[in-house]
Amino acid sequence: MASDCLATFPRRRNATVSTIDWTRLAPPEARRLRELGFDEGVEVQVLHRATLGGGPIACRIGRMTVALRRAVAASIHVAPIAG
Amino acid sequence: MTQAAPLVALVGNPNAGKSALFNALTGARQKVGNYPGVTVERHSGRIALEDGRPVELVDLPGAYSLDPSSPDERVTRDVVTGRSSFERVPDAMVVVVDAANLDNHLRFALQLIALGRPVVVALNMVDLAERDGLVLDPAVLARELGVPVVPTVAVRKRGLDDLRHQLTAALGAAPPPAPVQDQPDEPLSTLQRRARAIAKAAIVSETPARRWAHWLDAVALHPVVGPLLLVSLLFVMFQAVFTWATVPADMIDAGFKALEGWIASHAPDGFLRSLVTDGLIAGVGAVIVFLPQILILFLFILVLESSGYMVRAAFLMDRLMATVGLSGRAFIPLLSSFACAVPGIMATRTIEDEKDRLTTILIAPLMTCSARWPVYTLIIGAMIPNTPVLPFVRLQGLVMFGLLIIGIAGAYVAALVLRRTVTKGASSGFMMEMPKYQWPRIQDIAIGLWSRALIFLKRAGTIIAATTVVLWLLLSFPKPPEGSGISPVDYSIAGRIGRGIEVVVKPIGFNRDIALALLPAMAAREVAVSAIGTVYAIDNTDGAAGQEALSDRLRGRWSLPTALAFLMWFVFAPQCISTIAVTRRETNGWKWPLFMVGYLFAAAYIMAGITYWLAVAVGL
Ligand SMILES: Nc1nc2c(ncn2[C@@H]2O[C@H](COP(=O)(O)OP(=O)(O)OP(=O)(O)O)[C@@H](O)[C@H]2O)c(=O)[nH]1
Ligand SMILES: [Mg+2]
Repeated sequence: MASDCLATFPRRRNATVSTIDWTRLAPPEARRLRELGFDEGVEVQVLHRATLGGGPIACRIGRMTVALRRAVAASIHVAPIAG
Repeated sequence: MTQAAPLVALVGNPNAGKSALFNALTGARQKVGNYPGVTVERHSGRIALEDGRPVELVDLPGAYSLDPSSPDERVTRDVVTGRSSFERVPDAMVVVVDAANLDNHLRFALQLIALGRPVVVALNMVDLAERDGLVLDPAVLARELGVPVVPTVAVRKRGLDDLRHQLTAALGAAPPPAPVQDQPDEPLSTLQRRARAIAKAAIVSETPARRWAHWLDAVALHPVVGPLLLVSLLFVMFQAVFTWATVPADMIDAGFKALEGWIASHAPDGFLRSLVTDGLIAGVGAVIVFLPQILILFLFILVLESSGYMVRAAFLMDRLMATVGLSGRAFIPLLSSFACAVPGIMATRTIEDEKDRLTTILIAPLMTCSARWPVYTLIIGAMIPNTPVLPFVRLQGLVMFGLLIIGIAGAYVAALVLRRTVTKGASSGFMMEMPKYQWPRIQDIAIGLWSRALIFLKRAGTIIAATTVVLWLLLSFPKPPEGSGISPVDYSIAGRIGRGIEVVVKPIGFNRDIALALLPAMAAREVAVSAIGTVYAIDNTDGAAGQEALSDRLRGRWSLPTALAFLMWFVFAPQCISTIAVTRRETNGWKWPLFMVGYLFAAAYIMAGITYWLAVAVGL
């Protein structure tokens, strides 16, 4: 199965982060992403996408809702959780 | 030798409730708000321990780790690690964590505990955790973390005694200030995994969270409905500011008129009476009339801030802001600049990228701050007919809204240009935690409004009153020789200075009155109104016109193109010393404030000139 990324993953479906392209992110961005709890193996869910033309997305991680730009979301690869 | 009171720092993730806890413990009124990044500098206060010993408590900006990525987080790192030169290392820390978000907050807590100084963990917002169906066991947490854990609800003052008790114990047992261990080198992801494990262990029961917050967000963040909602909210906000305020404003105005009349009929005519009525009451009164408007604006901003909507608005704005190289994050400081640019500029400390932050600082003065309304309202009220344009929309309101929009458009263009020239740099991202929705708390809002009212009245009573009196003196002396027929204003010191300025501003259609008002308006924009009022009060040689309203006098003396040019000037001109001063402080030097003043004055001159000549050309 092709690997999905958070930018395109369907909304409201549980997924786990399979890999994150840390190298594609600017170092401060990568660190902030880690500080917000993103890491391989973590459960996430896409909640909302702003404006049609590529605005940020809101996703749930742990008990927190986090807003991210799509470019960042595109480097977070996820795999759907069965069920 | 008496020892200084022990220093205790409140540390934790953004939006954990540190400031709320600080206020509850010290009785202070630091700003709290439901979005990350409310506190951007350290504030200190005093509390007493159980045994009566005093302790200095400092409230700090929230941070995600000891590795700062924005100026506000740097403040926290410096205090916690004792890096800033004037700061001693805290003797103990109260680590504030959000009970409903332990996964994330415990990571920073672990990092802080590892520093090896006495720590008490305040497990805050337990009420919200319960609302979300989460029950935690503080004892398990305490065991896993190895430090005391106290459940608290900062906004209801619950758990404070317990916290004080644990703090007393922690400070009592404290060895003499331990040498600060440098940052523990554990990688974030290891800490994060441990945090998750501990959080999981502490859960007693967990029922599925209630879904209403999801529904709210489904509307607020909807790709189509969301932006519409935001625009309507902003529209209602500005509409309310200008319509709800008329009744109380008229009452205040009537009060001042009555006071003026009473003094006029009871005090002997002369120097002092003129100073009090023409100078102080006319000048300060003209400004205080705007108190209701300002409070209504703050009411809206406070509700937006405390409900949690602010970050949603930033989310919706991010796309638009990205087109000029800014991020949605900048929306929060810019929105608060509608009240006043000074706190707005301070709030840019939460912006990570330096160039991004600088750009936001440079455009913040273009947001129509509340000090401009007296000027806009006076001129528009006097010079623009209030004819209905559309149902519910009148020309005066439309012009006012237009000025607001011109300010925003100006900021947009300025950001676009700045980001491609002087503040060029990589575009910074937008990554932000969205707070849980909360009902705004009436007490908090009331306190917020009250403190704004005090600040405003203090400003009117000090800067504005002083400037008005100085201007009155400069306008009153020297007196022209009796019977010479020279206008007293023209003959006075201020009049002579004004004529000098007039030479410069004549090409853009400004008259002597405006030239006179520009200089004192640097102290505070509102002074422009009182300055013009004072000019006419003094120049009023024929006594019969004494009761004539300021707006009637304006109508008689100003042409419409001049008035429009004056309004346009005020959209752009950096007429505010406090803004310049705070910019200097926040950018560490004179370079950027001077740049800001230069580009804004240039823009003001050009835009006012264009407005004047266009208006003349079309025959207004
Ligand atoms: N329900 C509930 N709300 C709380 C509690 N403590 C704080 N709040 C609210 O949470 C929000 C954040 O509080 P602040 O005190 O501003 O948080 P802070 O940690 O100082 O945030 P920053 O200064 O941004 O780092 C505000 O809206 C508070 O009213 C609590 O115990 N229970
Ligand atoms: Mg705070």
